[in-house]
Amino acid sequence: MKILVFIKQVPDTEDVKLDPRTGNLQREGVKSILNPLDANAIECAMQLKARYGATVVAISMGPPQADAVLKKALALGCDESCLLSDRAFGGADTLATSYTLAKAAEKIGDYDLLLFGRHATDGDTAQTGPATAAWLGIPQITLATSLDVRDGWVVCTREIEDRIETVRAKLPTAVTVCDTINEPEYPTPKNIMKALKKPRYVWNAADLGADTRLTGIPGSPSSTKTVFEPPKGNTDTRYFEGSPAEIAVQFVDMLEREHAL
Amino acid sequence: MKENYSGIWIFAEQRQGVLNPVVFELLSKAQELKSVTDETITAVLLGSGVSGLADELIARGAERVLIAEHEALSVYSARPYQQALTQLVERYKPSILLYGATSQGRDLAPRMMVALQTGLTADAIDLGYDEDGVFFQATPAYGGKILAHIVILEKRPQMATVRPQIFDPLPPDSTRRGEIVTETVEVAGDGDYEVLACAPKPEGTQPIDRAALLVSGGRGIKHETDFAMLDELARLLHGQLASSRPPVDQGWLPHEKQIGQSGTTVKPAYILNVGISGSVQYQVGMQNAACIISINHNPDAPIFGISQYGVVADYRKVVPAIIAEICKRKA
Ligand SMILES: Cc1cc2nc3c(=O)[nH]c(=O)nc-3n(C[C@H](O)[C@H](O)[C@H](O)COP(=O)(O)OP(=O)(O)OC[C@H]3O[C@@H](n4cnc5c(N)ncnc54)[C@H](O)[C@@H]3O)c2cc1C
Repeated sequence: MKILVFIKQVPDTEDVKLDPRTGNLQREGVKSILNPLDANAIECAMQLKARYGATVVAISMGPPQADAVLKKALALGCDESCLLSDRAFGGADTLATSYTLAKAAEKIGDYDLLLFGRHATDGDTAQTGPATAAWLGIPQITLATSLDVRDGWVVCTREIEDRIETVRAKLPTAVTVCDTINEPEYPTPKNIMKALKKPRYVWNAADLGADTRLTGIPGSPSSTKTVFEPPKGNTDTRYFEGSPAEIAVQFVDMLEREHAL
Repeated sequence: MKENYSGIWIFAEQRQGVLNPVVFELLSKAQELKSVTDETITAVLLGSGVSGLADELIARGAERVLIAEHEALSVYSARPYQQALTQLVERYKPSILLYGATSQGRDLAPRMMVALQTGLTADAIDLGYDEDGVFFQATPAYGGKILAHIVILEKRPQMATVRPQIFDPLPPDSTRRGEIVTETVEVAGDGDYEVLACAPKPEGTQPIDRAALLVSGGRGIKHETDFAMLDELARLLHGQLASSRPPVDQGWLPHEKQIGQSGTTVKPAYILNVGISGSVQYQVGMQNAACIISINHNPDAPIFGISQYGVVADYRKVVPAIIAEICKRKA
């Protein structure tokens, strides 16, 4: 079985701020990390590899420094990595990104399973996985909370809204996984050493045979016009004060006035 | 050419013949958008044996209902739905197409984006026209720390998934009139995707985004048993228990109870926050509640910034007193 895991380098959400002068995202001093949900996708691939045997290729589109997350993927047990890096890929929305990822999948070929984290913590769109499946013309299972492969089908549970669905899709297929699907492991020193010897590819648009009218900014119908911080609350708050019993009386009076009781 | 596209379309998501309430919210928002551009509002209904839902869509604000029925559309699956909807879009050329950011909407819309080669904004929390008359979609990024206005300048239709529980639906009005159009579509069944089983989630409780009142506990709740106390308060008020993320991470409550960016967005009439600081990720999930009440022993907790009512105190003293007071008045 050949599994492709698509991963992304994202800024650590805790650090994200806007530059008060320019109104743009402040990039300096912001740590870059592996998108947390992608660690679940990698772990999923590792469990399948342990159970059935598989070649696992980690793929990321990004600037050269995005190689850091691929190194981590190799240290977590992926067998090969592909960095898709080209100025022509910059500024991509999810349509252009998914096109580029699909071209990489086609170049690798013979894939059985494509794994994605449910969403990335930066753009938070959850669109790249299903869109990549659409470009490739293969089925998809989104929001998987468990995954297994049986007789050429991938079987997943999905916990959606008020129900739990069990679905199956024929390989090759794409699956986006939730963070509850497993507990990601940490790289061990031994695997970090091993990772140094694994094949690492870097591909540009020409290597992928990608049409650069469909990548990066030219291939992106949507664009960000402005970014800003959400307005801070400034509601006039009415406070209840006194002993607990006094507070309770005012509180329940309020509930009655508000018809909450 | 984008000039050839006009009209606002709402994807009328249904499951087992029941419309998702987000459809009504989107129809209501479409009325507001229409006040700017005067475009026709169309609800697009796909399924099998669902035409009876058209009247409900009209009563909720649709001016036209497009119905396409097919055996292969009886249970939702991405590819047949994508095929049917693509044919309708190509036939009618709407300028805007909106989906609820539900599991179904978020499964279907990205495939529509590729099929139609147009833009798709994810999980919008607002829609409107900016100073330049350009249609924008406001969407949170970086876990809600930042809001972005996304625009789709040249491609049509301009598409977005829109978060449920943001807009107020119009009350149903059976005197509204609308056109019902039945269309045929060619759809191949998807033999490569199959729903094997579907069961309600255990616990049997109502999902938190459907409750009128929520009592929500956070990291400030010291013991698992104190959640039983919050649950008792919720029951007395005919509401549901909910939480911020830490109690879920701790394993005290299931993920369905979590409000926020990586949980559920809620819009109850009342929410009572207990021992919750009010992080951005939490606030994006509940800031549209009609009445926000908070109990926190730290007077500087950001949650007070969006609360109509506040109590600065230790919940372990105040909550039992409130429960006692309610019981007294009910007796
Ligand atoms: C990508 C991402 C997604 C996230 N998604 C979510 C999400 O969906 N939902 C979510 O909630 N969080 C989410 N978070 C986490 C979020 O950043 C906060 O860490 C979290 O919301 C804090 O929860 P809290 O307010 O319960 O805890 P804290 O911030 O620790 O606040 C606890 C509060 O309890 C008060 N308190 C303590 N003891 C008492 C007492 N005895 N009586 C009264 N008050 C007391 C304290 O004063 C404090 O204000 C996310 C984070 C990231 C990075």
